[in-house]
Amino acid sequence: MNLAEESFLTDDFLRQLINVGEVDILVGLPTRNNAKTIGSIVSTIQSGLLRGFPRERAVIINVDAGSRDGTPELVTGISIDDMRPGSNLNALRTLHSITTDCDQNAEHGIAFRTILAAAELLRAKACVLMSPESANVKPEWLAAFLVPIYRDGFDLVTPTYCRQKFDGLLMTNLLYPMTRAVYGAKLREPYATEFGFSGRLATQFLAQNRWEDGAGAELRLTLAAIAGKYRICQSYLGEKIHRERSAADLVPVLRETVGALFSALEPDFAVWSAVSGSDAVSTNEAEHEECQGSLRVNRKRLREMFTNGVNELESVFQSILVPNTLAELQRIARLGEEDFEYPAELWVKTVYEFAASYRKSVINRDHIIQAMAPLFRGRAFTFITENRNASGTDLETNLENLCLEFERLKPYLQQMWSV
Amino acid sequence: MREMIVGELMQAMHDIAHGFAHFLPRFIVMVIVAVAGWLIAYVVKVLLRSILRLVRFDKLSENAGASQLLSKAALPSATEMVSRFGFWVTWLGFILLGVSVLGIFGLQEQVARFFFFLPRLVVAMFILFFGLLAASFFSRATLLAAVNANVPSPRLLSLSVRSIIIVFVLSIFFEELGIAEQTMLLAFGIAFGALMLGLAIAFGMGGRGLAQSFLERRMIRGKKLENNDDDLSPL
Repeated sequence: MNLAEESFLTDDFLRQLINVGEVDILVGLPTRNNAKTIGSIVSTIQSGLLRGFPRERAVIINVDAGSRDGTPELVTGISIDDMRPGSNLNALRTLHSITTDCDQNAEHGIAFRTILAAAELLRAKACVLMSPESANVKPEWLAAFLVPIYRDGFDLVTPTYCRQKFDGLLMTNLLYPMTRAVYGAKLREPYATEFGFSGRLATQFLAQNRWEDGAGAELRLTLAAIAGKYRICQSYLGEKIHRERSAADLVPVLRETVGALFSALEPDFAVWSAVSGSDAVSTNEAEHEECQGSLRVNRKRLREMFTNGVNELESVFQSILVPNTLAELQRIARLGEEDFEYPAELWVKTVYEFAASYRKSVINRDHIIQAMAPLFRGRAFTFITENRNASGTDLETNLENLCLEFERLKPYLQQMWSV
Repeated sequence: MREMIVGELMQAMHDIAHGFAHFLPRFIVMVIVAVAGWLIAYVVKVLLRSILRLVRFDKLSENAGASQLLSKAALPSATEMVSRFGFWVTWLGFILLGVSVLGIFGLQEQVARFFFFLPRLVVAMFILFFGLLAASFFSRATLLAAVNANVPSPRLLSLSVRSIIIVFVLSIFFEELGIAEQTMLLAFGIAFGALMLGLAIAFGMGGRGLAQSFLERRMIRGKKLENNDDDLSPL
């Protein structure tokens, strides 16, 4: 372990890690005021470990960002004996649960970095990151993430979900297609709140020291794994259920995901510029399953915020976009609701121009990411309108077409990149 | 009498010749200093231009909004302006140094004043540039935050932030230069006060609803307000 890692791990946490000793499996659980849900999640994790890995040495590491509702106490307070009555679960090894604090004002990603450092210190073979926000965690998820790593030698296991229609629009309209086009891997959830990774990948990623840009460390790990040609697979987890949804979170989400993706493009240029097309990533069980139901989205508000954004942010877009793209966006912004269409080609060009401007820092990078929010809303409006009556299969076909558009226009990104 | 006049004339001629002989070497030194100064100033200009191009100063200036001001005034780019400024300050410094060699009474005091003023001028320019940069940054941040929060009149808000910062920066700039300090202080007080009063009235009159909903959100916990969300689920 290097000095930089030593400086951000507290002495108390280091003592706890020394007491634990080496482990086979590590479960990371970053929390912040999750008292309502953490109990059931920890129980599910323990149950999953006991069912799938009773002989392995395992530890649950909770990194808490200043909870005021007693979340860390709940994590360490849940005994493995609580779930034994009525079940046939037996652990042949001690299952440790330890907790540490990180500064609530510290940059996002410090919790994840702490988990990675702990994995390196404890020489964990397989690790899994679990989200306290997930509403339907099942014990089987642990096996879905850990088995491919622990027994089959994979380095990264990302989830695939069955999603309701129009759920995860940023994932379907930007993160998945762009990651696929640029890095050449058909990874459905490049940014996941729960995923598995090997100790080897954790150590390599820590050594790369890609923490200076803050947010989106989970996505950076995924991109580092693709760029480093690590063995990657996907595990199907079933339906994705969000505990809470809030449109006000769009800008922070863009920072964590799109910001992380854009900033990774620069160091990975040599890798992605040599990639053409995209390859499938091995997936256990069904890659896609049609989910029932559709999320209700306020379309009127989406278009209104797009139009307002294009009109008000003209001076900002002049620095980021090429004149033709901006003129086209302004033309779209003048269209009525019935005629409104933000075509895939224009959307892809917009995203690539944003990525190139981000690289060149034409204005403050955070401002570039913020300026993307109204444009994404416009694209979301068109995507929803186009697929309002589409079946699951049609939706998949349309999504595939969007991905192919991202791949087709990849030379445009390279051209913009080198201008 | 005639001899006396001739003597005086000869004395005058001698004094002039003596004065000229005394002045000429100094004048030559001054010319040499000025020429050497021109060469040094030229090197400074070229060096400055290269460094500023290397650090993409024009981009920085564009972000600060200084480039727009310069182009509106039909002036060259910021890099060119700063390198020319460097050239003239350096050359003027050398010329004044040369002039002081002439030993002309009164000029030396002016030269000393100039060299005393020079650091203040540089600091003032520094304040002006970074002030414009800050004004541009914060006004853009306000604009983006307001647009993404769907707040009415985001450009007005952004312009207000820019104006407040620019007024503040200009007052510091003039104070640093020592130009009409009292007037500038008074003008700043009046402009800033008027701006604040204007904003307060605008918010009170035009944004009653906004103020009401803001206060309701702050004061009455749990009160349900109109849903302003688009219900988007990005991830």
